[in-house]
Amino acid sequence: MRDSVAAPEAAIHLGHVSKVFGKVGSDGAYRAVDDLNLDVRPGEMLALLGKTGCGKSTIFNMIAGLTEPTSGTVRVSGRDPFADFDSFRGKMAIVFQNDRLLPWRTAIQNVELGLEMLEMPAADRRAAAQLWLTKLGLGGHEHDYPHALSGGMRQRVSIARAFATNANILLCDEPFSALDESTAGKLRAEFTRLVKENGKTAVFITHSISEALEIGDRIVVLKRPAKIAYDVSFDIGTGAEERELIRSRIGDVLAV
Amino acid sequence: MSEAAPQSGSPPWANMLLAGAKRLGSSVLPFVVVILLWQFASLFFPRFLFPSLIDVFWRCLQIFSDGAMFADVLATILRILAGLAGAFIVGGALALLMVRSRAVDNFLSPILTLFQGIPALSWVVFAIIWFHGVEFRIFFIMVMTTLPAFTFQVLGALRGMSKDLMEMVFSFRPTRMKLFRVMIAPAILPDILTAWKVNLGNASRVVVVAELVGATGGVGYELLQQQQLFDMAGALAWTLQLVFFVLIVQGALTLIENVAFRYRAVSERAI
Repeated sequence: MRDSVAAPEAAIHLGHVSKVFGKVGSDGAYRAVDDLNLDVRPGEMLALLGKTGCGKSTIFNMIAGLTEPTSGTVRVSGRDPFADFDSFRGKMAIVFQNDRLLPWRTAIQNVELGLEMLEMPAADRRAAAQLWLTKLGLGGHEHDYPHALSGGMRQRVSIARAFATNANILLCDEPFSALDESTAGKLRAEFTRLVKENGKTAVFITHSISEALEIGDRIVVLKRPAKIAYDVSFDIGTGAEERELIRSRIGDVLAV
Repeated sequence: MSEAAPQSGSPPWANMLLAGAKRLGSSVLPFVVVILLWQFASLFFPRFLFPSLIDVFWRCLQIFSDGAMFADVLATILRILAGLAGAFIVGGALALLMVRSRAVDNFLSPILTLFQGIPALSWVVFAIIWFHGVEFRIFFIMVMTTLPAFTFQVLGALRGMSKDLMEMVFSFRPTRMKLFRVMIAPAILPDILTAWKVNLGNASRVVVVAELVGATGGVGYELLQQQQLFDMAGALAWTLQLVFFVLIVQGALTLIENVAFRYRAVSERAI
């Protein structure tokens, strides 16, 4: 366990990043992120933990290239995800808080979505989508429309959709928060296994300390406006006692 | 002791047949009532007020079988479809511009609202004054009367698209064409079909007015002839041609909806 991270070859780099919504300096301006520095190493599974409204999703959107920072630099694999938006096609995949499946597409067609953007031939696309649906236990539901699937099954489809593109970087925005604990627990375990097996770099946003401890190799605790309050790394060898200590420290940080 | 499974009174195909007959009966019943009332009135009123529907039926058949008459029906149908297609293309393009730019929206919205307030008959007069060619006049009238509705309906559909789904699709970095194909087109299709259904009814009414005063053929022109002859059976027969057309197209649009929107969940409880 260590309390700081130095990542010379970061997969994701945020340098002095700030994000202000509204006109800077005006009364209505809201500073969601303030001078944030954060590096994520290749293959690392980072859990970004913080209370609701602390700016987690804003950071997420800036890494995804969906939001432009007001100041500072965001780099993913050395490139600006907002300015070089199209260059990340197939390089980055996102699992959102809710499943966000296209209701007019069947499960397998939803999984194929990212592959369609990569101009993959239809047969290969279908085979890859089928493979990921089967891996996630959805064999037999390929041709079901989202409304016919349970919440857990829909979220599995969205995970399959993210993995199918074989993107190196996975961004997850509280993907299991809308599910019951039993389903969420199973999916978390599957998700962690798949990320490790496939050597992905992942940023996982959560507001649950238990989830962060279960999923992350590293936990960064954020406090409003998105500043790092605690940064800790650990691995599979970290014992239960040490994890309890981390949990307790995170609890203390969040309580302040 | 053996126990027999409980049997329902009739086989499943008979139940399906019965359900189908009930559905058909409930949809046909209103028409039957109107027909009977009209036929009843024809027994007591002169022919030029309430002609027998049997006469009307033969007049309809005559229109279908007479090449020149049927050409008039086809001409009107083509005018409706061309006008709607023109208004849809122009309205769709305007809606796209309006959704992309607030300045364009601020500029065009009042103009389109102004157009909505202009009666169809005024457009007919303007078209007669401004243009020479009959077909262009009618096309212009059809486009101008249905353009605002198409634009506002497509605009509403574009604005109503789910931001969450758009972001999800954007996260895969689609090209503009792919974004349109996988997200925008399926998302706005229900509203577009509704817009076509609504505007189809409007267009079939406007085309008659346009043909009545500005054409030398078509259903509107033929209606004018029937009025001058005081021929109510003929007027009804020509009107029914438009009604048949609207019913057929509405049926086709409903069929498309049933196929295209089969993904929708249906609640067992009605609204």
